[in-house]
Amino acid sequence: MTLQTPRVTTSASAFDTDELVLNMGPQHPSTHGVLRVVLRLDGERVVHADCVIGYIHRGVEKLCENRDWTQIILLTDRMDYVAAASSNLGYCEAVEKLMQVEVPRRARYIRTILAELQRIASHCLWLGTHAMDVGAMTVLLYAFRERELLLDLFEEYCGARLTYNAMRVGGLPLDIPSGWDKKVLAFCDLMEPKLDEYEQLLTNNRIWLQRTRNIGVISGEEATAIGLCGPPLRGSGVSRDLRKDEPNAAYEEFDFDIPLGTKGDIYDRYLIRMEEFKQSIRIIRQAVTGLPEGPVMGKVPRLIKPPAGETYHAIESPKGEIGYFLVSDGKSTNPYRFRVRPPSFCNLQALSRLVKGHLVADVVALIGTIDIVLGEVDR
Amino acid sequence: MTDEKKPVDNNQKPSSADSSVEPSAQTKTVASATAAPKVKPKPRPKKAPPEPPKGPPDQAPPDDVEVPLYVKALQDGLPNAVDQVSYWVGDWTVIVSADRLLEVGRFLRDNPATAFDYCSDVTATDWPPRAKRFDMIYCLYSVSLRQRIRVKVRVGEGEAVSSVTEIWPAANWLEREVYDQFGVNIIDHPDLRRILMPDDWQGHPQRKDYPLEGPGEYLMENPQDWLRLRNLPDEAEIE
Repeated sequence: MTLQTPRVTTSASAFDTDELVLNMGPQHPSTHGVLRVVLRLDGERVVHADCVIGYIHRGVEKLCENRDWTQIILLTDRMDYVAAASSNLGYCEAVEKLMQVEVPRRARYIRTILAELQRIASHCLWLGTHAMDVGAMTVLLYAFRERELLLDLFEEYCGARLTYNAMRVGGLPLDIPSGWDKKVLAFCDLMEPKLDEYEQLLTNNRIWLQRTRNIGVISGEEATAIGLCGPPLRGSGVSRDLRKDEPNAAYEEFDFDIPLGTKGDIYDRYLIRMEEFKQSIRIIRQAVTGLPEGPVMGKVPRLIKPPAGETYHAIESPKGEIGYFLVSDGKSTNPYRFRVRPPSFCNLQALSRLVKGHLVADVVALIGTIDIVLGEVDR
Repeated sequence: MTDEKKPVDNNQKPSSADSSVEPSAQTKTVASATAAPKVKPKPRPKKAPPEPPKGPPDQAPPDDVEVPLYVKALQDGLPNAVDQVSYWVGDWTVIVSADRLLEVGRFLRDNPATAFDYCSDVTATDWPPRAKRFDMIYCLYSVSLRQRIRVKVRVGEGEAVSSVTEIWPAANWLEREVYDQFGVNIIDHPDLRRILMPDDWQGHPQRKDYPLEGPGEYLMENPQDWLRLRNLPDEAEIE
């Protein structure tokens, strides 16, 4: 037996701790899909986080460049699959802008209703999963109960519950079924007390406050520079909502407020989304009661072939700014270039900045607060 | 050329068959009957694929549209930086050269008349026949003034274009995606790795000459080299 001499260590390094590399995901329930985060930890504090994405990259942009302008609507469903109507809306409006097509007022109203119902559905899913990540199981069950009613409404409108394919270039394929508007109003009446129910569970909950306050604080300037969009950007107090700034569909005809945060932490983003629920209900009520008569499809040629040119059109999806950059060569029936600016992708970029210095458990909460859908991040 | 040649080949075939086989009346009629429809589809009305466009139209602004202040401010503030101004369906685009991109970017962000502090999107388009085949496109937005502009830079294959991450940190992942999907040579980027495709992927999928159908069996046979094999001309003909 040989005697090993003990390693001589200097006093400084004796108390030094090694950094631990922790691999979180891609198979992890709180990463909302297949997101992998490589965390470098000092004790339980995060020193550095590196997101690895692309696990469900399907080449949507390349596919779209080889499809008809109409066939693409179906593919946009598959990007942000919990807010398919918003993706449809952004794409259809971008093509309409490129073709300079007028959309009938009734179609724009119904589009607004669909987009706002979609916002509520998407926020329900966000609220449920985000609260569950932090440890509140009940909220998930409550939120999914109301989301189910929304999916029923969508099913009655277009027959699908998740990937709606609900819009066309120039308008809508279908008018609303008879009695649907009454059901939407009934849903609005039902949803409002439910929101109070959610808030009772969370807003003043001590555990929720401790897990969300002062976590992931980001200033307005930094959030703008880093490219955050949607509720995370507004949570930092930056007034930017494309529904107000660059009104699309019929948003300019309705009254609604843009909630803004002050601090820019998880709690502010939570409050903003809770307020957005109420504002969405407000918009839907106005749109349904003021729904004009008329056709739902504008005058669009059967073969869609926009003139040569390019455009960028962005709308406010539940996640943030979803933008479409389209290039038409004017000759073929498919776009020469199809590009999506995915809000989840741009928001996820900020994760490594947000988690710095926080605990591992907060990483889970921060993934929840930026509300990503990996189908859109990876495309 | 090829269309003219092929009918000649076709005519030869029945004649060679005639010489080898004993000429009987029956076979001859059969041969001519089979030859006749063979000749027919030869001048195929095969529609030639439309020629790939040579480049973006980049329409000049019409006279009745007023040039917005932010474009004027850029033209006055940095004379000769803007090569071309283009306008289409309400969107303004300025085309600048690659070596002045950072200068233009800083001006657009810091000048109070422009104040483009938000980088919405960075993307690229590929126009293969053009010498400078890539267009780098920066979609900018001003949160305070609520206006948009697109900055376009033309780059050739392998030519360097500076990263704009120091001006807009938001461009980090977006530029990584452009590098991944197009293979544009972006320099001074803090972390230039592939982002959507695996690290060892060959080729850049968004290029126009990249096949749509993916590696398939080529990847099994030769994982190191499938893209080159796929593009070999004789391989394509065997298929």
